[in-house]
Amino acid sequence: MKHTISVLAKNQFGVLARISGLFSARGFNIESLVVGETEKPEISRLTIEVLGDGKILEQVMKQLNKLIDVIKVFDLSNNSIKRELFLIKLNFVKENRSEIIELVNIFKAKILDVSKDSVIIEIVDEQKKIDSFIDLIKPFGIKEIARTGKLAIGIG
Amino acid sequence: MLGANIILESLKKEKVEYIFGYPGGQVIPIFDALYDYDNFKFILPRHEQGGIHMADGYARVSGKVGVVLVTSGPGATNIITGIATAYMDSIPLVCITGQVSTALIGNDAFQESDITGITRPITKHNFLVKDVKDLALTIKKAFYIARTGRPGPVLIDIPIDVQKSSCNFVYPEEIDIASYRPNYDGNLKQIKKAADLINKSKKPIFYAGGGVISSGATQILLKILEKASIPVATTLMGLGAIEKNHKLNLGMIGMHGMCFANFAMQEADLVIAIGTRFDDRVTGKVSTFAKGSKNIIHIDIDPSTISKIIDASVPVVGDVKIVLEELINYIEENDHSDWLEKINIWKEKFPLIYKKDDILRPEYIIEEIAKISKGEDIIATDVGQHQMWAAQYSYFKYPRSFITSGGLGTMGFGFPASIGAYLGSKKPVWCITGDGSFQMNLQELSTAFIHNIPVKIIIIDNGFLGMVRQWQEILYKKRYSETKLIGNPDFVKLAESYNIKAMRIDKKSDVSSAIKEANEYSGPILIDFIVEPEENVFPFVPAGNSIDDIMRGVEK
Ligand SMILES: Cc1ncc(C[n+]2csc(CCOP(=O)(O)OP(=O)(O)O)c2C)c(N)n1
Repeated sequence: MKHTISVLAKNQFGVLARISGLFSARGFNIESLVVGETEKPEISRLTIEVLGDGKILEQVMKQLNKLIDVIKVFDLSNNSIKRELFLIKLNFVKENRSEIIELVNIFKAKILDVSKDSVIIEIVDEQKKIDSFIDLIKPFGIKEIARTGKLAIGIG
Repeated sequence: MLGANIILESLKKEKVEYIFGYPGGQVIPIFDALYDYDNFKFILPRHEQGGIHMADGYARVSGKVGVVLVTSGPGATNIITGIATAYMDSIPLVCITGQVSTALIGNDAFQESDITGITRPITKHNFLVKDVKDLALTIKKAFYIARTGRPGPVLIDIPIDVQKSSCNFVYPEEIDIASYRPNYDGNLKQIKKAADLINKSKKPIFYAGGGVISSGATQILLKILEKASIPVATTLMGLGAIEKNHKLNLGMIGMHGMCFANFAMQEADLVIAIGTRFDDRVTGKVSTFAKGSKNIIHIDIDPSTISKIIDASVPVVGDVKIVLEELINYIEENDHSDWLEKINIWKEKFPLIYKKDDILRPEYIIEEIAKISKGEDIIATDVGQHQMWAAQYSYFKYPRSFITSGGLGTMGFGFPASIGAYLGSKKPVWCITGDGSFQMNLQELSTAFIHNIPVKIIIIDNGFLGMVRQWQEILYKKRYSETKLIGNPDFVKLAESYNIKAMRIDKKSDVSSAIKEANEYSGPILIDFIVEPEENVFPFVPAGNSIDDIMRGVEK
């Protein structure tokens, strides 16, 4: 099962290595990892997405809590808003321009840059929506994708 | 003040008594500053690994933080086994390593190694100090982290330019780390729930680990045991928590534990695990462990040990001593006479056994030591069969009197740890070692001689890597692959070349007089006991088997 864990930790060197080390030591692959400052610059939030057995994950969360630099650990798998940002470079030729623009509008995506034969699109949404957007634009020819990894915040 | 002096002044503030260290290029400024100090007793081992095991032995007997000071690169990598050993057994150490200049870090400079990277998974925490202004606070934090909560080793890596820079020295009096606040008081509701289960139980048993000793909970545990007549079994690390011959003490459980202690664990209807972590050497096959118990109460300072191996029905996170002091208020008196009667029958029927003939057997040597030291001395061991015999046959009267590498099982630990254990307790130390283990750190004979340490080195010399040989005999059809130790030195001559008194004993009838002589001798002494080479340790539960399949031992 996929889990989303959010970790508040001190913003200093070595913290990321300690945290990721706990996952790698147990043979867990981190699917995605987002790190950024919080409202307090001395604290960063890490949002980690991992696949794995719930019991082992519970153990990893306890171990994370034990790290001296970690302030708090939450499981945000449920009851949270999750978002991911994708940047997509797409073939952009005369014949499908209007169709692409239409899809961009429907999905509330954004065109960031247009050049002679390609366009850069930004989409911020939940995984399912992004997946279907990508399915639909695939036929036009995707040149490149860059994504941030998942961010999550608890509801309420 | 110079960084190097800040380090030493900080150690002074922490009331450090001994520094176990070894000089080198990247710590010369600290050693130079040390030249003018007489606050510390400095112990120079002959190998950094020896040094850290000494610091560890010192910490185990005294409960204080052991301090290690070594250079960068090879000096730092030489203490890794010692750090891992201390980490596994939750022993408080502060290890200071020199590092190349901050400007050179990451450049593969001479004697550079990323020691904070290497030790990240085997330290409770570690630091790289890049600014002399952070030095005092970091040292304060290191000692605080090492000794509080679940104790453990902390490493501080200090680049040489930081040692040579200056700033004002202010040592913080108090410290609070917002992200690190161990929970000492157990939850009262949980404690009452636990008491309720204990009061209702017909066949309860305490399962006590090293945490009982490190939290100083042994007195209060004894009171609870006696109040409600509940038997206790201990892990290897828990030996000494309760006096060995106390009628409620069943002794060691697990792979080489007492049959009756293991039977009692299997039959109990309630297991109260305290300061312990359900190691696989205790549980055997987890699914059949403590199979009679409907409930498991688990009291431990470290929340990550709880429900890691076995689901606890009543978890209590807190310091064992503080929790037991609360728990006793809710425990009702009881005599559990049927349960104790049943255990006593097992005790009589399934005692420890070994063959009592004229052959010199290791068990007999340990028994003789127990007779003469009467639990007043320190027993330290290496790792192997001799370690298990020492655990089974020694007499323990006090906590912190049995020093052994339980979690990591580090051969080479015992002898240097014995030296540290003497320094930390000023009690004579019996170092029970094997001909294999002793050769892993025998260079510390120098250190023992120089400081005239009353360590009695008892080599259980079977000419084999005995514990592995035993597994090969029982589980691998006697295929003794690389376990015969050919070419052992003459241990007596070896010791003598270090100016240490030594003798060799190969007859059973000479044992007790030799032990007596060792007991009366005030300095270091080595006895090489040539024992039956293929004696096995029993009881024995092969790894992964159910405790129910315990092998009692057959006389060969
Ligand atoms: C550093 C290290 N290497 C290897 C082992 C694996 N090992 C465990 S017990 C043992 C044999 C120990 O032999 P010895 O010290 O002679 O003691 P004996 O078992 O014969 O009493 C070995 C090799 C270990 N525990 N530690």
